[in-house]
Amino acid sequence: MADVAAHITGTVWKIECKVGQAVNAGDTLVILESMKMEMPVEATEGGTVKEIRCKEAQPVNEGDVLVVLG
Amino acid sequence: MFRKILIANRGEIARRINTVAQSMGMRTVAVYSDADEKLPFVKEADEAIRIGPAPAKDSYLNVEAILEAVKKTGAEAVHPGYGFISENAQFARTISNAGVVFVGPPPEAMERMKDKSEARRLVVEAGVPVVPGTATVVPDVKTALEQAEQIGYPVLCKAAGGGGGIGMAVAQTPAEMEKVFRACSDRAKAAFGREGVYLERYFPAPRHIEVQILGDLKGHTLHVIERECSIQRRHQKVVEEAGAPLFQGGADEPLRQQMFAAALKAARAFGYANAGTVEFLYSEGGIYFIEMNARLQVEHPVTELTTGVDLIGWQFRIAAGETLTLQQDQIERTGHALEFRIYAEDPIKYFPSPGPLKVYRPPTGAGVRIDSGYAEGDLVTPNYDPMIAKLIVSGTDRADAIARATDAIDAFDIQGIKTNLPLHARILRDETFRAGKINTRFLEHHAKP
Repeated sequence: MADVAAHITGTVWKIECKVGQAVNAGDTLVILESMKMEMPVEATEGGTVKEIRCKEAQPVNEGDVLVVLG
Repeated sequence: MFRKILIANRGEIARRINTVAQSMGMRTVAVYSDADEKLPFVKEADEAIRIGPAPAKDSYLNVEAILEAVKKTGAEAVHPGYGFISENAQFARTISNAGVVFVGPPPEAMERMKDKSEARRLVVEAGVPVVPGTATVVPDVKTALEQAEQIGYPVLCKAAGGGGGIGMAVAQTPAEMEKVFRACSDRAKAAFGREGVYLERYFPAPRHIEVQILGDLKGHTLHVIERECSIQRRHQKVVEEAGAPLFQGGADEPLRQQMFAAALKAARAFGYANAGTVEFLYSEGGIYFIEMNARLQVEHPVTELTTGVDLIGWQFRIAAGETLTLQQDQIERTGHALEFRIYAEDPIKYFPSPGPLKVYRPPTGAGVRIDSGYAEGDLVTPNYDPMIAKLIVSGTDRADAIARATDAIDAFDIQGIKTNLPLHARILRDETFRAGKINTRFLEHHAKP
């Protein structure tokens, strides 16, 4: 189990994973946009995407959980 | 001169343009998005018009909303600042057709500069040195090897349609060229659906040198000396200087004069008027044209502080049809100036760091100028670029300016968000920086925590 959190404050630009998908550590799960920069949020460890807790275009704060891996 | 002008920008540059315009007796109109309603640039203008919600595409890039604000307020001219609509030739043309003056170059000149291959053709024709490379796509390995020999190794292979480092690779030798060419060619086809690779000389550690240009609508064009902007992160400038440390102590004076002549040739080839900047790369004794920027540069204050030329003031006068009364031999530099871009970002990883400015106390002191978009208590939102202020410091020479800048950076108190102030403090104490031996890859190797 791992919660993958936003490392910056910004907006969800793209969600790059699906519930049930197997991912490896380092895979991009979500791309955030902040201050004219696109910042990928990567899987901290390998696993399966259990839950996606954000929507595209949603504003998020640093520390908000975006994806739950199982 | 204009009676009323509209400023189609935000933050520090909107504020700076406002100050200059008001001091020249013009009334000013600010336009703002919902995210910026409480910022100083909105309060300080004589009038302020909301142009849309926070995202730039709905506000500062929303040409219709800006045109509407122009009509509603009766502004006679629009100053676009930098970024946003400043290089939008279509916008310039549209407002001109409505009888409103665009404070910038003629739209035709903007179009010539924007098309990179057309720009390259124009300046080459005018005798301006460009980065050696192929003007058209390279059809096969054999041609690539022949061309690479002419260009000289190392050679950069660029997949057509790529950009931002995608589909780019460097070949150090002919053997590598074969491999790199095939890989790039495959990538071009796979990623961009186009056959084709371009080659150009690769500079491992170039310096970024640029020349400020001013020209009026009657064809009088002059340069306002050079700046160096070699300290960059992610291809964005972080520290800028006038004059260039490259030329300090009179080094390479013939090359410097050659660069000024090339900059003027480029500006004339584009049919340029108003304020603009010709950018060059410097490597191993040569200068190479990169592009001409059809606008005021972020770093224009270092030129203002060292030459006394009021660039924004001249932008307005030239746009109003006045003659550029300055002559080339009147343009002289006194002392040295550095500009530090204060970014709302992590000072090590460069991650964006928006948030509230709980404490915001810029330094004061001899030779210190602050161009700031925010005040204490304001919110820095994630909607726009991370630059919250510019600290510009001048001194009698580079060492004096660096000493003053070190004090100013140390005294700058910002709390509530992360900023790159610690990075600036490290740069200023770096021996290589202090010796002026900088290049665009400086931050990859220096000023580490």
